[in-house]
Amino acid sequence: MPTIWQNSGLQHEQVKILCKSQRDHERQAMKTDSDHPNTQEVIPFWNDPSKRDFFFQLGVLAMVGCLGYYLITNTIANLERQAIATGFGFLERESAFEIGESLISYSAADSYGRALIVGVLNTLKVSFIGIVLTVLLGTFIGVARLSANWLVAKLAAGFIEVLQDIPILLQLFFWYAFFYEMLPSPRQALNPITGVFLSNRGLVFGIPAAHPAHIYMAIAFAVACILVYFLIRQARKRQALTGLVFPVGRVSLAILIGLPLLVWGIHGFPTAMNMPELGGFNFEGGMNLSPEFAALLIGLVLYTAAFVAEIVRAGIQAISQGQTEAALSLGLKKGQVLHLVILPQSLRVIIPPLTSQMLNLTKNSSLAVAIGFPDFVSVAGTTINQTGQAIEGVALIMIIYLCFSLLTSALMNWYNKKMALVER
Amino acid sequence: MQRKAQTTTATDTIKPPITSVGVIGWMRSNLFNGWFNTFLTLLVLYLLWKTVPPFVRWALVDSLWISDGAACQKSDGACWSVITANLRFITFGFFPHDLQWRPLLAMLILIAMLFYSRNRKHWKKSLAYSWGVALIIMGLLMKGGLFGLAPVESSQWGGLPLTLLLSVFGLTAAYPLGVVLALGRRSRMPAIKMLCVIYIELIRGVPLISLLFMSSVVFPLFLPEGITVNKILRAQVAIILFTAAYIAEVVRGGLQAIPKGQYEAAESLGLNYVQTMRLIVLPQALKIMIPPTVSVLISAFKDTSLVVIIALYDLLKTTQSVLSDPQWMGFSAEAYIFIAFIYFICCFFMSDYSRRLEKELET
Repeated sequence: MPTIWQNSGLQHEQVKILCKSQRDHERQAMKTDSDHPNTQEVIPFWNDPSKRDFFFQLGVLAMVGCLGYYLITNTIANLERQAIATGFGFLERESAFEIGESLISYSAADSYGRALIVGVLNTLKVSFIGIVLTVLLGTFIGVARLSANWLVAKLAAGFIEVLQDIPILLQLFFWYAFFYEMLPSPRQALNPITGVFLSNRGLVFGIPAAHPAHIYMAIAFAVACILVYFLIRQARKRQALTGLVFPVGRVSLAILIGLPLLVWGIHGFPTAMNMPELGGFNFEGGMNLSPEFAALLIGLVLYTAAFVAEIVRAGIQAISQGQTEAALSLGLKKGQVLHLVILPQSLRVIIPPLTSQMLNLTKNSSLAVAIGFPDFVSVAGTTINQTGQAIEGVALIMIIYLCFSLLTSALMNWYNKKMALVER
Repeated sequence: MQRKAQTTTATDTIKPPITSVGVIGWMRSNLFNGWFNTFLTLLVLYLLWKTVPPFVRWALVDSLWISDGAACQKSDGACWSVITANLRFITFGFFPHDLQWRPLLAMLILIAMLFYSRNRKHWKKSLAYSWGVALIIMGLLMKGGLFGLAPVESSQWGGLPLTLLLSVFGLTAAYPLGVVLALGRRSRMPAIKMLCVIYIELIRGVPLISLLFMSSVVFPLFLPEGITVNKILRAQVAIILFTAAYIAEVVRGGLQAIPKGQYEAAESLGLNYVQTMRLIVLPQALKIMIPPTVSVLISAFKDTSLVVIIALYDLLKTTQSVLSDPQWMGFSAEAYIFIAFIYFICCFFMSDYSRRLEKELET
């Protein structure tokens, strides 16, 4: 039989990568065989691609299964020998360790489960604030990178190059040392702006004193957001029907600012501030960011902003000058050009890599463990040390981060579908 | 018409006004065009004036370069002595003092190889072989035990050689694995595809630190009783597994960029899968992938610093242990700036090289 197989004694690994062409050739070979009934042979099963695929996959799965079985039996034997408990029962037990800062009430008497929740919340807190600041700073630097001003553009380029090329962990250590070694004690705290104090106890700044008006203002803001949403829909509908343009931008800005201000006014403009004051060895009052949190936040924001700046720059440069010119020649105003022509196109370029940078920031926040901020990995690490249940601990870390990233990619897919170019 | 042309040739060429060429012209068009840019320039200059001179004074004028810690505590400026006095420990960690020429030689070989490989004219098969030989020689220099070299336990490895070792071996091993994973992800066999997708997405979804934790605390539980694997190797494997997933995604991008006609042409020539990939698809795809691969390499190089968290003495950790010496406490800024400088140089060369390569390959 005229076989095309140069290597019919194919080795196991080589067989795995088998492609369509071979299958087609194989069929061809079968056909020619059937034309000559004298020389017809039964195709051996290792030359039948579909069967071979099947056996190859079976083989690989069996190997993976065997490896898994081997590891699991080893692990069970080891756990038994070292008398380590298994299962997630430890989540219910008393944790017996303190956590420096938490968003919900927590004490050493609470369970490991609650400690881990505190960790997750801390991770979310630093990631959320970090992402907001990163996007703002990154956009700013990305635009500065393209500035017509030579000095500004070069400075931005230098910032991007330097911060991208230094490991994030080193940057975190640097900022941590900055807070602990280079800043003075609270008594000689730096006071760059009124109400803001920088010392080796962290960053303290004044916030408006608690007042019931603030809650109502937040509610008013939420209501304003909903109003604006309906306003935009209504304006679009009207424009589609009648062609009349409604000044959505200005009106919605007025609603968003005006409504909370109105509520503030109704309560008589409470302006009392909760200013930090030096008492004993530390500040009292105001908002206090611990050195760990501040170092982590500064490090993550600066590092990620350098990457975001590059993304923003690429997004802006991706839109050719002709687009702006064409839009202007259609008679659109500058604002409309940006809003209707440039942004929709560059956002399509910017958003996907931007999301992956946000995810990177979230993942990098796990380095908090190195500078002692109680994020999820740090709390899970302590839990592993105390209970000895390493497998469960590491599995929890992986599951939580996987949830974050799966959630993000689900959102991303939804967005991509919505924004994808509709092609005929 | 004729006359007009004659008159123009007869007159002298008028020079552009002095304000639009030369230094002044450059400044006008780049720094002071419009009130906003003028304002920005002045603002930036003011900020630079406020920050740069004090920094130069701290770093260069008032600084101490060779002294002991006590003298540094009294001075106002930077204490670079923390580097000069501990340079050997920072660079080589706990490697036996008399034998430190060996890691030094290994690093020099590595740097020489890298410089030699920069030139694309040298990209031949012989280069691959010489890399293989060089890696073996470097390993031998580190480990010893043959040819009269005294053996050195891997627990004594540290500093810059460890950082380079983790990155170079990590990348060399991760690359083929990444290619296999990418091919698997594009395979038409559902089970293989599923395994590769699960692996890639799982690894890319978790932080490296969780894999390092796994290698340091969970992995020993997987092994049968009595078998231990040393710590560096475990971290190395974690780094390889992590980097491979990222390389796989880069390779997948490259494979997707190859037009379908190439596959079909290869098929019609009667090439089988391995031949198609090895002779037609991969050579083209790998070329497209060079720039994104380099950025994966850069981030992998930076990520090796995370082994600090599982207490391996890489460059960052040796620096930290110098800083925990009471004599040198409080000079973190100087030490970290020095380390940052080393990382910056390495990464800058890599990214600069990738940019140049990108330009060369574009033609």
